Amino acid sequence: MDAHQRAGFLDEGNAGRGFVFVGIGVALLLVGSYIGLFKAPAEAFMGEVYRILYVHVPTAWNTMLAFTWAFACALTYLIKGAWKWDSRHEAALEVGVVLAGLVCIQGSIWAKPTWGVWWDWDPRLTTTAVMFFGFAGILALRKFVDDPQKRAVWSAVATIITYVDVPIVYFSVRWWNSLHQIQSSPNTVSAPFLIPLRTNAFGVLFLWIGLTLLRSRVAAMRLKSELAPPLPEPAVAPGYAPEVAR
Amino acid sequence: MRHLKAALYKEALLQWRGRAQLIAVLVFGATALLLFSFAVGPNSELLRPIAPGFLWLALLLSSTLTLAESYQAEMEHKALEGQLLLPAGHGALYLGKALANWLQLVVLGAALVPIMVVLYDAALPRPLALLGVIALGSAGLSAPGTLYAAMTHQARSRQTLLPLLLFPLVVPVLIAAVKATSLLMLGDPMGQVRAWVVLLIGFDAIHWSLCGLLFGRVVED
Amino acid sequence: MSLETTKTAAVEAAGLCRRYGRRWALVEVSFRIEPGRAVMIAGRNGSGKSTLLRLLATAIRPDHGTAHLLGRDVRRHREAVRGHVALLGHYSYLYETFSALENLQVVGRFLGKDTRREALLPLLAEVTLAERADDPVSTFSAGMRKRLALARTLLQDASVVLLDEPYGELDPPGFRLVDRLFGTLRARGMTIVMATHLIDRGAALCDDGLVLEQGRLIWSGPARDLPGAGVLDPATLPEGVA
Repeated sequence: MDAHQRAGFLDEGNAGRGFVFVGIGVALLLVGSYIGLFKAPAEAFMGEVYRILYVHVPTAWNTMLAFTWAFACALTYLIKGAWKWDSRHEAALEVGVVLAGLVCIQGSIWAKPTWGVWWDWDPRLTTTAVMFFGFAGILALRKFVDDPQKRAVWSAVATIITYVDVPIVYFSVRWWNSLHQIQSSPNTVSAPFLIPLRTNAFGVLFLWIGLTLLRSRVAAMRLKSELAPPLPEPAVAPGYAPEVAR
Repeated sequence: MRHLKAALYKEALLQWRGRAQLIAVLVFGATALLLFSFAVGPNSELLRPIAPGFLWLALLLSSTLTLAESYQAEMEHKALEGQLLLPAGHGALYLGKALANWLQLVVLGAALVPIMVVLYDAALPRPLALLGVIALGSAGLSAPGTLYAAMTHQARSRQTLLPLLLFPLVVPVLIAAVKATSLLMLGDPMGQVRAWVVLLIGFDAIHWSLCGLLFGRVVED
Repeated sequence: MSLETTKTAAVEAAGLCRRYGRRWALVEVSFRIEPGRAVMIAGRNGSGKSTLLRLLATAIRPDHGTAHLLGRDVRRHREAVRGHVALLGHYSYLYETFSALENLQVVGRFLGKDTRREALLPLLAEVTLAERADDPVSTFSAGMRKRLALARTLLQDASVVLLDEPYGELDPPGFRLVDRLFGTLRARGMTIVMATHLIDRGAALCDDGLVLEQGRLIWSGPARDLPGAGVLDPATLPEGVA
């Protein structure tokens, strides 16, 4: 282990692995989406519009997965203090925020032709939107704190608090919205054909893993450039001979 | 316990010395209530049912000012660090400040109620219960707000960062407090206030303990 | 002094390292201070004196190495260390809107000391602030704030007192005040570590000296030998001091 790894930095050498995951993910998504768009039959009530759920549901699952991973990284960083968990945490946040944004866009694409409005306050979708803003805020916090140590600790604390809040947000929105009829969302529609759903689920999963791996590397590289080498260089001052003060 | 009393003494003195600032924030809150009404129109029928929402929005916006201000005195000469080194317990310091911020918000909220009543022609059949909801909702704002304000005060772009972090987090507080206030003011035929109050209590319990536990990590190097 | 001393050192540092971003502010600093000794730390601006004192006070954590104060680890037993250490640092730790007395009362309450007016006025009198006891700190000059910060440090009654440039912002009567308080602390048996640019003054008051340069300890020995040791570049010393 070199000095950097002893200090807990993320090992950089795995870009290839990340790209492999991304590649597999994209391939699976292409296959799954093709089947979902062209091969699967129309759904009983929704017609063709339901097809968005073949991407929407996998993305939603992986958003939760991404933020749970972010929570795990944050907790591990606070307990163990190794820099690699901070790099992973940053990556997890960013990929999670992107996925959450996609979920909201997909939800709007569903809502407009179905209900005539872009947003219908579906509890799960609304919670995802709150997650998007919440974790995007933590990314902003990371941008505005210069000291790497403080940045790591504070964003980890914020992620833990925000993640614990997610179920509370969900329940409060659900109760709030339950006074009106529950609009069906893409999640509540049953897919006539499960293969594209499963294919895409794995597709997004691999994509997420790959992107997180790559982004963790980038975060680790930036961290290394920000901090001095883990061990200071040997002394070059002449006549350096420390004595014990007696 | 001694630390908590010392922290409370300090906070009380800080609040008293800074009371002019509280008045200014109250004026800000009242102005916000006024502006909200301009956004809707001079129609009491429209304004009355959404008065609770506007009250809590005004309080939420005002909280970003008071929360940020609560650390101004602590950071000027690093007084907070000075206390940590005495040593003073993290829990006591957090509790002292969170309670002080909570009290400020309760006072603000209570002071905004008459303004809301006047501007929006709102009714107040259960004022004590309303005060209770204001207390619970303010507690929900104060706990995470005190923690985040400690962070953001030392970061760049601090005025933007605090609301950015706090607002998504306190969505449950906003929803529950507005609903509870609304039911108290406009009538609650199905007895739903209790459910929202329970939600507020749950949020408060979770965040006061969680943020209290994490405060030490945030303020220590 | 015998090297086989069995009593616990007041301060024991081993390989202390601390970085700020890319720069290492302290590198492999090791030394030992026996209880009751007075040690001065000299060095140019940016040599790491303040960082070292803040580290010993547990305001910041070391990145590598260890330090023990009265046998307690600064990393693992911070609260225990803090109970026995007082720091007079660059920041005064004061509240602008409080009076001098109130600032001391806040500290006293945390420490469980007598915070009545009668109990604290003598302390303020010692730093010649008794007449300004009820004035808010916002009306104080820099020198007065320093004196109040001194009083605050004294109030803590700690076994190890860390002074970071105690003479800064003070006038000649203020210098004599610091000298006098220094003597009082020594008489009480406190261990004192003082970082100062006033080499001659420090050498006259202290037993031992340490010199830092770019975060490294480059000299240690009796304080009286420090001015002539040649480790301090005369060009960097304040005028009229070398």
